[in-house]
Amino acid sequence: MDYVSSFALSLPEEILSAGAIVLMLVVAWAGDKSARVIGYVSVALLAAAAVALIGAPTSGAVGYAGAFHADTFAGFAKLLIYVSSAVAILIAPGFFETDNEPLRAEYSVLILLAAVGMGMMVSAADLLTLYVGLELNSLASYVLASFLRRDSRSAESGLKYFVLGALASGILLYGISLLYGFSGGTGFATVAQAFHGTTHGDPAYYGLLFGLVFVLAGLAFKIAAVPFHMWTPDVYEGAPTPVTAFFASAPKVAAMALTTRVAISAMGPATHDWQQIVIFCALASTILGGVAAIGQTNIKRLLAYSSINNVGFILFGLVPGTAEGASSVLFYLTIYIAMTLGSLICVLQMRTKDGLPTEQIASLAGLSRTRPGLAAAFAIFMFSLAGIPPLFGFWGKWEVFSALVAAGFWPLALIGIATSVIGAFYYLKIVKTIYFDEPAVELAPSRSLIEGVLIAIAALFVSPLGYLLIPAIELGTNAAAKSLF
Amino acid sequence: MIGLPHYLAVSAILFVMGVLGIFINRKNVIIILMAIELILLAVNINLVAFSAFLHDLVGQIFAMFVLTVAAGEAAIGLAILVIYFRGRGTIAVDDINRMKG
Repeated sequence: MDYVSSFALSLPEEILSAGAIVLMLVVAWAGDKSARVIGYVSVALLAAAAVALIGAPTSGAVGYAGAFHADTFAGFAKLLIYVSSAVAILIAPGFFETDNEPLRAEYSVLILLAAVGMGMMVSAADLLTLYVGLELNSLASYVLASFLRRDSRSAESGLKYFVLGALASGILLYGISLLYGFSGGTGFATVAQAFHGTTHGDPAYYGLLFGLVFVLAGLAFKIAAVPFHMWTPDVYEGAPTPVTAFFASAPKVAAMALTTRVAISAMGPATHDWQQIVIFCALASTILGGVAAIGQTNIKRLLAYSSINNVGFILFGLVPGTAEGASSVLFYLTIYIAMTLGSLICVLQMRTKDGLPTEQIASLAGLSRTRPGLAAAFAIFMFSLAGIPPLFGFWGKWEVFSALVAAGFWPLALIGIATSVIGAFYYLKIVKTIYFDEPAVELAPSRSLIEGVLIAIAALFVSPLGYLLIPAIELGTNAAAKSLF
Repeated sequence: MIGLPHYLAVSAILFVMGVLGIFINRKNVIIILMAIELILLAVNINLVAFSAFLHDLVGQIFAMFVLTVAAGEAAIGLAILVIYFRGRGTIAVDDINRMKG
């Protein structure tokens, strides 16, 4: 394939990277007072990139000498990534203007660059594309985590994220170097062929197996699966809330889609070898995410454990290594980003009368009497995260577990359902605080129309009305999963 | 004659030293940055050794990419460290404990 047609395949990435570079120059001249305008332009760029997905970028072609796979799977994941990046940009001005630091205009540019990196991750068909995309996303994320320069918690979360993230990419790279050495190439197809051509007992097989373990460990770090989750609570707590919302949604989608693609198209012939690792991570994540969240008093920290818990459920979908499983992964991710973005925008509303943000769960007490609308939305997100039937979160879990049962993993499905009960406890505790406790702190009324609208959209999506969208979403996820095989 | 296994052994030793450097070190964050650099260089030795062994250029190109990204990573790491130092006045690893649990 020649370069012109390769360029057509990565049109969304080109729009975003060219846009980000131009906006960076504009920021350098116009300064921070342009932050809002830059934000709106960035959202427009993300919308343009989403529209550009129609056509060549989702045609299923492989470009750039086999390094970039422009299929429906990547297209679906990119759509989710662009939506969550746009939300993260839209909710930023409301948070920063009331804080002691005004919003700096580079915020939107960094999110755009991270979105380019995530697009490369989900389209990767070569270990080099995987690495460069992942680093582009990570480097932008380290800066975003420490974006509140005068807040020592934000700087600390950036530092922790950086050190552990750099260690994770080191582990990933070591795995990549072993996969390259023992398969003779960096393309996913070459690696899959090497796994296919060797058997247990072959020395080369153990080299490849070491590579597989290291690569999966590096990726497990990026999706925050136990036992590589230790950075998540600190980073989510310390980072500015809009950044937390971003971390909990877009990079999660990108890293999870990337893990799915690596597991299926690069390590497909070694399914039995990675299956046990994924099963362990899934079980450990659901259990630890559920148990460790119980004692938390900070809502952002609690939502960090909730995201670890949810990643466990998403990993259950990957276990069978089937098209149905991959489709359930994407389905769960779609619902997950609506729930997690919705609940974090609700957290953004938690401000005391003097405008200071509060993150204590105790300050939610009696919210139903002071802010009934917000309380109802919060309760919907919590019930949905717990997977209680009339809400849409239940359907995500249903899809994952039915993929497990269809592949014959019913004992695992039973354990998974049992662990979701542990998780339900702390979600319900928040609902109890909101509805049945005496009001403690009066929260200031919301001033941002955009945030209210976004909460309403997310709440409607996860409410039972979301079930109307099941055929449309399934059409997308099934087509996406089919393009993987 | 020095063969591929020797290079892989050196690289594995460097990698382990880098990882231990991150976990055992209790003094300051600069040493962690050095340990990260050590891990990336271990990977580069692996890539270049495999590349020479396989008579395939991809490994060396990969190593160039790793070097470039490592430079960017170090720059961002130091920048975050400067912000952190400004706020707290220390870069001792044991003092990075504002958030726990």
